Amino acid sequence: MRIGYLYKTLFLSELRAGLGVTWRNLFRPKFTIQYPEEKTPQSPRFRGLHAQRRYPNGEERCIACKLCEAVCPALAITIESEVAADGTRRTKRYDIDLFKCIFCGFCEEACPVDAIVETRIHEYHMERRGENILTKDKLLAIGDKYEAMIAADKAADAEYR
Amino acid sequence: MSNDDQLEIEVNGVTLPARKGQMLIEATDAAGIYIPRFCYHEKLSIAANCRMCLVEVEKAPKPLPACATPVMDGMKVFTASARAISAQKATMEFLLINHPLDCPICDQGGECELQDLAMGYGRGVSRYSERKRVVRDKNLGPLISTDMTRCIHCTRCVRFGQEIAGIQELGTTGRGEHTQIGTYVEKSVDHEMSGNIIDLCPVGALNNKPYRFSARAWEMTQHASVAAHDCVGSNMFAHVYNGIAKRIVPQPNEAINETWLSDRDRFSFEGIYAADRLQSPRIRIDGEWRDCGWDEALSAVAEGLKGIAADHGPEQISGLISPSATSEEHFLFARLLRGLGSVNIDHRIRRVDFHGQEADPVAPGLGMTLADLEAQQALLVVGSDLRQEVPIAAHRVRKAAVAGADVFFVNPGNYEYLFPVAGYLDTTSSSIIDELAGLVRAAFARTETRPDANLAEVLAAAEVRPEHEAAVAKLIAAERATVLLGLIAGRHPGYSRIRMLAAALAAATGAQVGSLTEGANSGGAAMAGTLPHRICGGAAAETTGLNAAEIIAAPTRGMVLMGIEPELDCANAEGLLERLADTLFCVVVTPFATPAMETYASVLLPVGTFAETAGSYLNAAGEQQEFSGFATPVGAARPGWKILRVLGNLCAVDGFDYVSAAEVTQALAAVCEDSEPSIENTGQLAPAVAGFDEGGLRVPIYAVDAVVRRARSLQLTKWGESVPDISKPADAA
Repeated sequence: MRIGYLYKTLFLSELRAGLGVTWRNLFRPKFTIQYPEEKTPQSPRFRGLHAQRRYPNGEERCIACKLCEAVCPALAITIESEVAADGTRRTKRYDIDLFKCIFCGFCEEACPVDAIVETRIHEYHMERRGENILTKDKLLAIGDKYEAMIAADKAADAEYR
Repeated sequence: MSNDDQLEIEVNGVTLPARKGQMLIEATDAAGIYIPRFCYHEKLSIAANCRMCLVEVEKAPKPLPACATPVMDGMKVFTASARAISAQKATMEFLLINHPLDCPICDQGGECELQDLAMGYGRGVSRYSERKRVVRDKNLGPLISTDMTRCIHCTRCVRFGQEIAGIQELGTTGRGEHTQIGTYVEKSVDHEMSGNIIDLCPVGALNNKPYRFSARAWEMTQHASVAAHDCVGSNMFAHVYNGIAKRIVPQPNEAINETWLSDRDRFSFEGIYAADRLQSPRIRIDGEWRDCGWDEALSAVAEGLKGIAADHGPEQISGLISPSATSEEHFLFARLLRGLGSVNIDHRIRRVDFHGQEADPVAPGLGMTLADLEAQQALLVVGSDLRQEVPIAAHRVRKAAVAGADVFFVNPGNYEYLFPVAGYLDTTSSSIIDELAGLVRAAFARTETRPDANLAEVLAAAEVRPEHEAAVAKLIAAERATVLLGLIAGRHPGYSRIRMLAAALAAATGAQVGSLTEGANSGGAAMAGTLPHRICGGAAAETTGLNAAEIIAAPTRGMVLMGIEPELDCANAEGLLERLADTLFCVVVTPFATPAMETYASVLLPVGTFAETAGSYLNAAGEQQEFSGFATPVGAARPGWKILRVLGNLCAVDGFDYVSAAEVTQALAAVCEDSEPSIENTGQLAPAVAGFDEGGLRVPIYAVDAVVRRARSLQLTKWGESVPDISKPADAA
């Protein structure tokens, strides 16, 4: 024990081992990417910003069943429902508080009609108080804008569901 | 029950007691052993058409439906054996063949019997890949929404109509897969208790239309409360979401409403969110109305009332209060006005004949429980459109009639009762009083009683017809007979005569006398002392003040109105608004602000409705029921007892130091002693009245108070349209 200790101390073996890692990695290929010009690949299951989808005929999917509101562990979703002009069950209000949201994806899992989804968008910011609330209009707008991406992701993941 | 009726059965290896003639499911329910079911309901007849309650019975070749299998001594039943479970699962699979998978948009989702049982007995995946059946939705009117594709044909709604309501509004047409529940001819469901089929429906086929899509079962909180529109005081649960009442469902109470609730009690809460709800105290200064704070309003009221008392004498202050206000409000109202020196206090705002009011019972009411009412063998109902006045009491009377009781009516018109009526004593050509006098004469002749002097005068002109003889014979023959005075009788200008005749008839035939009372709390009001001739607890007042009719005929300089719209809630209200406008100072404690109020009031104080205040009601059966508010008060509204308490302090009246409604209740209970309601003969009688429309004394079912008049869905029904001159509220906020 004592001899081993003296040997290691005398010949700086720990320093060498440490520097060895440094030298080895110095010549390895690099993982660092030049964000935001370069980006890492994303899974189709990535859980980013929320969106609400529509059917191809433009009808909104959400039926105000409130299952997402019930399942949300962070209580981030607030829904008020009503009888729409055409007699269907619709949301009068559908708010997601992004400050509360923990991006667990339970809302997406709970949705019986694939209306609320979490897109792969993760680059967004807020400038003013209140912008953390995603209203129904904002959610639908995000959905309209990224429908192609959402549909492709859903299709890619469909066989595992 | 003799011991011969008792037998023993064995369920899942446990021996249970049972009664001969009982169905298996009753015995297991009593023992807490659960058997799944859809069509069985303890208040309805047995249909055995859902087949969900199949259980295995030893020695039976096939599983038997527990709801339709009578118990037999020593029978061995297995409710959860492999055979029973497989039969139940097979039934569930058949039920789910045509049931749509639309639970997410179904209002029943989360509280659905089919959904719950499908969790226990359903397969994860359906084996049925053919087309599902689709059924057109029916329009059943403004109270009940339909999604008939969801129907599983349990026929509870059909049996409710046949057996409970007495009018078969829904029926089945077609057979097998083509079976449909509907009204056959397109019409709305109009019975005054039809809302109960919403609760009966085990799936989402029949749902609450005003509540449609507005909330989910799991996000609401449930608060027990008491219905505030008739003298029965049905127990109910309010379902509240974020402080806003979303719907009302019955709270089972065998002594009062069993498992039912009238539509009026179920849907009236919509009225509390009417557009003309008074949002904050308002005060009139130099003819200009403006909103103000509670401090300013209450001190203005205290100053105004003290000013009237000082300038014109306290006898120039009078108070009228709704008979549907809580006992606590009545108690403090009476104490406040008496503290100011006024004796003109009344809650009997629809009554016009006050002769002999000293003989009024301390707490008017049936003088019996509702179960007793149901057990009567002969009933003479005087001046009552029972179904419209007190639907739950009408149901009890109906049960008595169906069980064989002879029910006679003395009414200004032949209203529809939906049960076998032994006789309508024709009053379309004569008056209630003449008809009653005929009955009393017939009874006296039969029992050889001699009328006293008072009666002799009334009876002199009476004519005895064979119908009178027949009715009296039934009343005498019956062991349990009752003369029931209704609300039309109570509003009659000859009420003192009616009452005396009823008492004489009852005495001669050995029957009891009971009366239905106005509003939800006439009994409590009388006990609490909002009467001109009595103080709290029923003792006579030192000086008798002006009664409601006198106050309405000639309002005093200072007026306090609580919870009423005088032009709609008071008898003889023609010209009342002008008379009120001539008063010097009029305080209106009201949940709603009407344009009429702004013409006569000096200060408007927003008060909480029954939904927003704690208190208690004394029902006609003498039962005191306490409740607390379930909804967040609208605007700046405050519970009535709090308003009166602060006013008491500001007016420097003693005894207003309560900090909770419960303390007021205790104080009231401490003063009151239970006394049996009775109706006595009295020497004072109203002068004979004739030649007026007695049918005009009827108040339509959905016009009884300010909240009901604003309940939008109720006003859209058949009965609502007959409500005279009520401004239909705009969309509820």
